[in-house]
Amino acid sequence: MKGLTDILHMTGKELRAFFVSPIAYVVLTGFMVLSGWFFFNLLVQFNRMIGMYEMLRRPDIASQLNLNDLVMLPLMYNMTIVLLLMIPMITMRLFSEEKKLKTDELLLTSPISVNSIILGKYLASLIFLDVMLGLTLVYPWILFKYGQPAPELGPIVAGYIGLFLLGAAFMAVGLFASSLTENQIVAAVICFVTLLLFFVIGWPAENVGDTAGKVLEYLSLIDHFTEFSKGLVDGQHVIYFISFILFALFLTKRSIESTRWR
Amino acid sequence: MIKVEGLTKRYGDVTAVDDISFQVKKGEIVGFLGPNGAGKTTTMRIITGFLPSTDGTVKVSGFDIFEKPMEVKKRIGYLPEHPPVYGDMTVEGYLKFVAKIRGVPRSGRAEAMDRVISHCGLKEARNTIIGKLSKGYKQRVGLAQAMIHDPEVLILDEPTIGLDPKQIIEIRELIKSLAGEQTIILSTHILPEVTMICQRCLIIDRGRIVADDSMENLTAQESLESVFLKLTTEDVQ
Repeated sequence: MKGLTDILHMTGKELRAFFVSPIAYVVLTGFMVLSGWFFFNLLVQFNRMIGMYEMLRRPDIASQLNLNDLVMLPLMYNMTIVLLLMIPMITMRLFSEEKKLKTDELLLTSPISVNSIILGKYLASLIFLDVMLGLTLVYPWILFKYGQPAPELGPIVAGYIGLFLLGAAFMAVGLFASSLTENQIVAAVICFVTLLLFFVIGWPAENVGDTAGKVLEYLSLIDHFTEFSKGLVDGQHVIYFISFILFALFLTKRSIESTRWR
Repeated sequence: MIKVEGLTKRYGDVTAVDDISFQVKKGEIVGFLGPNGAGKTTTMRIITGFLPSTDGTVKVSGFDIFEKPMEVKKRIGYLPEHPPVYGDMTVEGYLKFVAKIRGVPRSGRAEAMDRVISHCGLKEARNTIIGKLSKGYKQRVGLAQAMIHDPEVLILDEPTIGLDPKQIIEIRELIKSLAGEQTIILSTHILPEVTMICQRCLIIDRGRIVADDSMENLTAQESLESVFLKLTTEDVQ
């Protein structure tokens, strides 16, 4: 019980820091500008294709084109890339700034556990991620309101669950990177490199033999997201993301404790 | 109240604190004196649970810092060398946050904040962003933060550094007024400060305690300054 209120105190402090400083507004605006641009272009392209097939008097093909596959799916893939670039910049200050300001000395000499500090900060970043993704719900809303025919709901819900889990995994890596250094730029770079590596780690899968290839594919963040984007919420992939997150949080705890043991 | 036994801290090959032992009784104000790099800050960080020791034990109110860190942390108010303040918070917002994480119950928070704000002379600065405050005021916020949960033990690492003469006098008076109720360890470079505030003085040099006595005994023969110079070595680094 005490642990939970401690976590919430930390979360409150971090959320305040996000929304009182310009960070939140710059990130949210940037995220909306980029995703809006992608959405607009995907929609224009979709309309052009429909028009083209109708002009060619091929309504059979035109009727097979749908908003799920041609707008929402690529939009979500584009958003994963934007998240990949932006999340390191959101998480870089979480621990680095405390070290720089020496406020870690306050936190670590208060009767509040390292777990509460880490989980409080992580919860705040998840709430921020929710706000980011929540704002983009305006795009499927537009499709439901004006789309003829409207897209299917299932794949969109599954896709958003996937995006959230993917973003949550990014945030956990960012938190860990931030715990390693008092330099925010270094934290951001470590986070970005790690994330990008996990994005493309499955590339050599086909050429390195069966077992190694399977391992690499299993590690790849984006391969797990793909399943969600197809509309499948499979327990196996949920478990992958959750264990990825727990491992990153565990490393964060180790890193916070080891800086003090040195 | 505070019992330190055989405390040792090594950073790799460097021994920062070398087998020191001392006790502080309830209500005592103890001055921690020593040249730069003598191990004052390290010792304080170990007592507050920020750093683990290599060897030895620390007990506060009977609780061991390694076995029951939460119990010890509840009882300690700590002002580190750099006041641990968030520049983007107001004084009030910051103190509220510290009250929360230091476990002040919701019902007592407003009162606790009023108490430290008036004690530390922060009334006019109450709604100011900490980043805009002068160094002296930041130091006061740091002190207020250490006192907010009315701890049994106060550990102050150079509490008067960066203050102007008037503020120094105020802070000294404040510390003196806490005597008897709170147990205080404070470190300083300023020798007259120890004479003015403390009942007892520990002189530490190169990680070892070289003197531990009441102020009267230490200054019976000669001034504190010459005692200090005799006992400590010049800083080589």
